[in-house]
Amino acid sequence: MTIDDKVCTVEAAVAMIQSGDRIMVGSFGNSGYPEELVSALAASDQNELTIISNDLGSPGIGLGRFLTNRQIKALIGNYYNWNPEVAAAKNDGAIKVTLVPQGTFAEAIRAAGVGIPAFYVPAGVGTALAEGKPTAVFDNRTYILERAIQADVALIRAFRADTLGNLVYYKTARNFNPLMAMAARLTIAEVDEIIPAGELDPECIVTPHIFVDKLVLKVKP
Amino acid sequence: MTILVPKAQVKIRIARRIAQEFMAQGRRMFINLGVGTPTLVANYITGNHIFLQAENGMLGVGPKAEGEAVDLKLINAGREPVTETAGCCYFDSATSFGMIRGGHIDATVIGAFEVDETGNLANWIIPNGRQLGVGGAMDLVAGARQVVVALPHTSSNGQPKLVRECTLPITGCHEADLVVTELAVFRFREGQMVLEELAPEIDLEGLRALTPARFTVDDHLKPMSV
Repeated sequence: MTIDDKVCTVEAAVAMIQSGDRIMVGSFGNSGYPEELVSALAASDQNELTIISNDLGSPGIGLGRFLTNRQIKALIGNYYNWNPEVAAAKNDGAIKVTLVPQGTFAEAIRAAGVGIPAFYVPAGVGTALAEGKPTAVFDNRTYILERAIQADVALIRAFRADTLGNLVYYKTARNFNPLMAMAARLTIAEVDEIIPAGELDPECIVTPHIFVDKLVLKVKP
Repeated sequence: MTILVPKAQVKIRIARRIAQEFMAQGRRMFINLGVGTPTLVANYITGNHIFLQAENGMLGVGPKAEGEAVDLKLINAGREPVTETAGCCYFDSATSFGMIRGGHIDATVIGAFEVDETGNLANWIIPNGRQLGVGGAMDLVAGARQVVVALPHTSSNGQPKLVRECTLPITGCHEADLVVTELAVFRFREGQMVLEELAPEIDLEGLRALTPARFTVDDHLKPMSV
């Protein structure tokens, strides 16, 4: 074992994904998603996937390719208006879609990563998205009980890693990535740069390497 | 129907009035602006004591980026490239919504399809089978300390938007605090919708004809600045 044995090729990384897996993908509207991992998975034979992400890119672009390529069984996320193919596929009965308010979605992923199975939030009380969910009153306000969201695999995008897998991010490309890194059995990070352990300022590391299993160096521009 | 305020001026008037609301408080504020008309509010905010938050993970959002300043990994929640301000910072989505849910965001400005007389608002979906998204709307209306609704007084075909009871799926219950249209400003006080300002193009009777929602009139009803 060497300290840099987390580094692997994009092909090797995607080969660890099974059909039927629940996969988290960091993204916010085609920004801050692991482009090479997504491309390789979209080109693979893996299907029946549950994709857990903020949105699903645009038709045929970014995460949208999973739907174009009919690899999706279910979606869990919050905003699919940027990709009208999602509503169409749901209306056809081709996929199942679960909408979760964005803040609840983020917290549910964080919760899964930090060992919290469920939590109460005020968002959505009295709305269609609260139907069937238990409620409770604390300090005279009603809250909804929401469940953590975990995954088999997290595909995340960071800017720079060290060889141990410590990560730092870039501007608003951070989004859900640090949360998803904690919430899956296998976390694969795509990064622009891998530097020797010890060269990242320990005070500035956002995702500690304990959460990162594999590193893929992004090579295409 | 009669056009009371030219279409091009509707959004600008609403955005300017909302910016005044924040500027008048003369204190440090943290504000989240939704897409559309709410985004325009930023154009009328001056000084350096109002900080804009984007729920995709940024505090201190600057003006829209243009030309070489465009960086596709620096966007607001409407996916528009933006710029940084001095002292801006980035964080993950759970921290971002922690700011919102935790009561640290002073106000959110959002658009809406409908607002009703109890302060319920509908802005996330028209159930026509073509939309499938909620985004952060429910978290924002439940979490921000003040919910400011920016909307035209009627739809493009003249249908009222300030109604007795929302007909579309609601985003939150009794969450609206301030409603600003091109014709009027209403504030919810103890669950009651109160008219505070009226635009010069219309009188009270005319406003009631365009407003199915029942409201009371403030003792100090003022002309809306336009």
